Amino acid sequence: MFQVRIHGRGGQGVVTAAEMLSVAAFLEGRHAQAFPSFGSERTGAPVVAFCRIDTREIRLREPIMQPDALIIQDPTLLHQVDVFSGLKRDGYMLINTNRSFDALGLGDFVKEFRHERLLTVPATELALKHIGRPLPNAVLLGGFAAISGMISLDSVLAAIRERFTGKVAEGNIAAATEAYKFVLEEEKEAESHA
Amino acid sequence: MLKQTEGSHGVAEAVALCRPEVICAYPISPQTHIVEALGEMVKGGELKNCEFINVESEFAAMSVAIGASAAGARAYTATASQGLLFMVEAVYNASGLGLPIVMTVANRAIGAPINIWNDHTDAMSQRDCGWIQLYAETNQEALDLHIQAFRLGEELSLPVMVCMDGFILTHAYERMDIPTQEQVDAFLPPYEPRQVLDPREPVSIGAMVGPEAFTEVRYLAHAKQLQALDLIPRIAGEFKTVFGRDSGGLVRPYRTEDAQTIIVGLGSMLGTIKDTVDELREEGVKIGVLGVTSFRPFPLAAVRDALKNAQRVVVMEKALAVGIGGILSTNVRMALSGIHLHGYTVIGGLGGRAVTKAALHRVFRQAIHDQLEPVHFLDLDWNMVNKELERERQKRRSGPIAENILRDVGMVAAKIG
Repeated sequence: MFQVRIHGRGGQGVVTAAEMLSVAAFLEGRHAQAFPSFGSERTGAPVVAFCRIDTREIRLREPIMQPDALIIQDPTLLHQVDVFSGLKRDGYMLINTNRSFDALGLGDFVKEFRHERLLTVPATELALKHIGRPLPNAVLLGGFAAISGMISLDSVLAAIRERFTGKVAEGNIAAATEAYKFVLEEEKEAESHA
Repeated sequence: MLKQTEGSHGVAEAVALCRPEVICAYPISPQTHIVEALGEMVKGGELKNCEFINVESEFAAMSVAIGASAAGARAYTATASQGLLFMVEAVYNASGLGLPIVMTVANRAIGAPINIWNDHTDAMSQRDCGWIQLYAETNQEALDLHIQAFRLGEELSLPVMVCMDGFILTHAYERMDIPTQEQVDAFLPPYEPRQVLDPREPVSIGAMVGPEAFTEVRYLAHAKQLQALDLIPRIAGEFKTVFGRDSGGLVRPYRTEDAQTIIVGLGSMLGTIKDTVDELREEGVKIGVLGVTSFRPFPLAAVRDALKNAQRVVVMEKALAVGIGGILSTNVRMALSGIHLHGYTVIGGLGGRAVTKAALHRVFRQAIHDQLEPVHFLDLDWNMVNKELERERQKRRSGPIAENILRDVGMVAAKIG
């Protein structure tokens, strides 16, 4: 079972991201369970959503306390919420920011993990460019597909199409695709320095 | 058709496939998405021959459902928590009159303190109201139970409550098999009322009954619930024939054959319990699970049969009968009358507190070694409790408990589990 925890703020589409990720996994023939941390969905308030992916039926219904992957949609949460709680040593992490881990003060923290699995992505910028609104959720799913290989970009795009229509869908698809390419490029670059 | 969707939407689709004629509801979390989706289907023309009535309160919602059902319409509503409490007088009338309304209860705690999260206190408060009460373990089962509920309720002329855990199920996206209209039509015939307000054949419904016959009328309500004990498994069997899957029934045993310890529970908690039990089985612990789908009528014989060879029973409850402990466990005890075994009640998941595998491992291990107290509160924070008790000892005007405790706890946004 692969478990993803998504952190963000009310209004950023945290719950929608978890739901779309579950749809993407479903489209690949897998079982998936997405659910929000209930009750706190107010604009601007810290929100957590979860997604489990497995090849068999998922019966477990506890919150995800030891995620295989973290998606952090809002870097201002880093000092407010214990977003890293329980992240596995070989886990994946994407943070929406145009700053580096060092600039975020996380340089030492990320050394405890596999560096090629942790990345910052300027998802808000990509969202503004393609969607015209600062909605990083679907964008980061594109990045997640690239970094984790858990899900294909095509499935993410299909899940976006299932959720949105028209210009919103097109914008999210373009932004998610660019985030996917961005992550692959970053990984290639990291490899060449290694 | 397999679909990855929200539990509430799956249930709304199932209700729509049952061709309801009147839907009335008043919004309350976590039930709202269900009736919102149905409202959209009525407005969009997907759900034909159905009137969606916006009402001003839950009391009105149940009253409209009663009127609609008495006029011969297939009626549906949904509620939760305080909403259910607000409609209680009408809830008793619906069952007392024998009107086969189907109602979803998206289980949620009852205040005070106000709490929007999941537990079973709302539905459990209505355990004696005369409605059939079915509890769903998964969203697939929630969907399936609604289809069975119309059939069951209409055959018996009794209302049915389908209970599904608020948020945990209603707001979870997972895979559901949505049946076709043809399948549902093959399983659920058009509603043929036993009693109907029809101007061509006028009757009155709702007579006052005095001591001369009140006991008999009430006994007949009880007798109908006893009939349901036979009908529920039969309908689940027919459901399997048409839809090809096991859903519903009275109880669902899991790895109980040689089990010395059996965990009894209701609702979505059963999934996490089964995962924990599988892990304990791998260690060689003889442990199993008994899921109770039908809480009313309570299947005394089926429960007794499933538990009679065990050495101990742990009843997991998402509700607290203040002043005694368990509700489900009291019923289980009645099923076990005369059988000697160790019995434990574990109260957990109140007001949305997560029921975790780690916590279940801890209490099941304690139970296996018979080291669990008779009534145990899962993950209870004794520091929090003792601090308030001390405050009350120290000071007469110790203040409101909820506010005191929240001040002790501090910011909760940082907590994930």
